Amino acid sequence: MDNHGSYKSLINIWILLMFLTVVTVGAAQFDFGVWNVPIALIVASVKAGVVALHFMHLKHEDGLTWVFASYPLFLLFLLIAFTVTDMFSRVVN
Amino acid sequence: MGFFDVTSKVLKSIAYPSEMVPSIDTEDDGHHHFDHETEHSGAKLGMWLFLATELLLFGGLFAAYAIYRAKYPDMFQHGSQNLNVVLGTVNTVILIFSSLTVAIAVKAIQENRIKLVKIMLWITIICAAIFAVNKYFEYSYKFNLGIFPGTDIFYSIYFAATGVHMLHVFIGMAVLGVLLRKVYKGKYSKDNYTAIEIGGLYWHLVDLIWIYLFPLLYLVG
Repeated sequence: MDNHGSYKSLINIWILLMFLTVVTVGAAQFDFGVWNVPIALIVASVKAGVVALHFMHLKHEDGLTWVFASYPLFLLFLLIAFTVTDMFSRVVN
Repeated sequence: MGFFDVTSKVLKSIAYPSEMVPSIDTEDDGHHHFDHETEHSGAKLGMWLFLATELLLFGGLFAAYAIYRAKYPDMFQHGSQNLNVVLGTVNTVILIFSSLTVAIAVKAIQENRIKLVKIMLWITIICAAIFAVNKYFEYSYKFNLGIFPGTDIFYSIYFAATGVHMLHVFIGMAVLGVLLRKVYKGKYSKDNYTAIEIGGLYWHLVDLIWIYLFPLLYLVG
């Protein structure tokens, strides 16, 4: 069976995630103005990527699994991008 | 082999696919191994597809968040500042830790370390329970202040998103509980751990969603 890394590497990943949680909470103490949301989303996405790659073993999966994992992200992008664009490009009577 | 031989062989294989298999692969042991592997990766692929539907379920809530946050920034600022950041942070740490214990459980079952699997699944379920208790205190504190889902759009989205997430925590607890019971019955081993791996994937998704909900609701104020 395929090897999914050692226990030690899993614990190292957890330490990295704890560090990123500190970054998340720490960054929120400062006001970056319009950059508040993008910074929070970038840190969250790095955390989500680490969880998916290492805890969910995406790193060791084949191409088809990658397609199944990334296609919904594209749909999510369409869903949010087009709803927001629609809302703010309407002519208000 | 002549043209007609090939044609009849192809037609036969279409009409009787199961009869053709032995002539291709007569090695019995290798054949069984192949089926097991296929089943394992097929089941995992199915789980990823299921996770895609889950992601899009929450996607609707994230879209609503994006629109109303852009429309009413002051309301979101005010609402976000009234949430308990300490409890939110504690719950984040608990969920990420429970993700680690599930990952260790999957690794342990691959090495037949049944006792370690049991300990890790127990810790995961207990973490989920602590998360639920924290959330109960958070909700009841808000209700005591007279804050309900109908108070304003921020709280509407807050209660909807965390509520649907909470539902997933309960489902995850049930899934992990069933898996744990089967581990005690000796159903899983290093040759049969697909269910634990798939249950683990579900639990990681619960963690993934919270990784986004926490900063968006509690911190970006």
